[in-house]
Amino acid sequence: MDSFSNFIHMGGYAGYVWTSYGIALVIFVWSVVSPIIQKRQLIKRIKSIVQDEQG
Amino acid sequence: MIMRFIHKLGSPPYFYQFSGRLLPWLSGICLILFAYGLYGGLVLAPTDYQQGDSFRIIYIHVPAAWLSLFVYMVMAFSGAVALIWRIKITEIILINSAHIGAAFTFLALITGSIWGKPMWGTWWVWDARLTSELLLLFLYLGIIALYSAIDDKRKAARAVAILALVGVVNIPIIHYSVEWWSTLHQGPTVTKFDKPSIDTRMLIPLLVMAFAYKFLYAIVVLLRARNDVLWRERRSQWVTALFDGSK
Repeated sequence: MDSFSNFIHMGGYAGYVWTSYGIALVIFVWSVVSPIIQKRQLIKRIKSIVQDEQG
Repeated sequence: MIMRFIHKLGSPPYFYQFSGRLLPWLSGICLILFAYGLYGGLVLAPTDYQQGDSFRIIYIHVPAAWLSLFVYMVMAFSGAVALIWRIKITEIILINSAHIGAAFTFLALITGSIWGKPMWGTWWVWDARLTSELLLLFLYLGIIALYSAIDDKRKAARAVAILALVGVVNIPIIHYSVEWWSTLHQGPTVTKFDKPSIDTRMLIPLLVMAFAYKFLYAIVVLLRARNDVLWRERRSQWVTALFDGSK
């Protein structure tokens, strides 16, 4: 447990280190999730186009 | 053989199908690389004798900066191919790379700034490395803005391809800036021709993270490109066939 709190403490640079990793995580997750959400919306729109054309 | 494969990839249905099969593999490899790179960088690598644990920002910052250059080169190359052969897929790769490149350039700049504060005592200096990297961010944003300003997307792609090719001049400036001008930014520790001046326990996670970032880029550019392909081809038979059965 002691080594874990040392790990979190990052030799006194915790704020700098974990902020950097946090921003990276946000950018990674957003990069991957946003096209997946966009695809769902696209499929809905394309399906409605297909249905419209088939009457 | 290779040219035939590239030509085949240029066909939208084949690209959609092929990238769909590729994505699970890329995702798996990417996750493994990130897991190992983060463990190696945050746990296995020893504390730096000068910078303490603040150096661990390197595993986020340097791969992001490398990727910001790498994505630009992919983008400019796609632009050249788009201009010469008018292959639609390369136009799609070009504009989607600009979005990803902008995100990673921003990440490189912000983590560099966060690293600079405890090490240099300042968030920012107007030196050659930081300024040319900031210029790279503006190039990416300029490409995105120009593309969205032109309604005809084929014409838009041609315009941004030219802008991307002109902007290539910035890439060697960023790379060599720390050697050409003396600055607060540290010199290269990895890409020197002689032995890298970094402990292997620090170096290996850095290289692994660099690969992890490149896989992440490949995944995101394919995800985004597949959406664009679907939408552009929404009236073609292969797309309607994809969604017809699931009514």
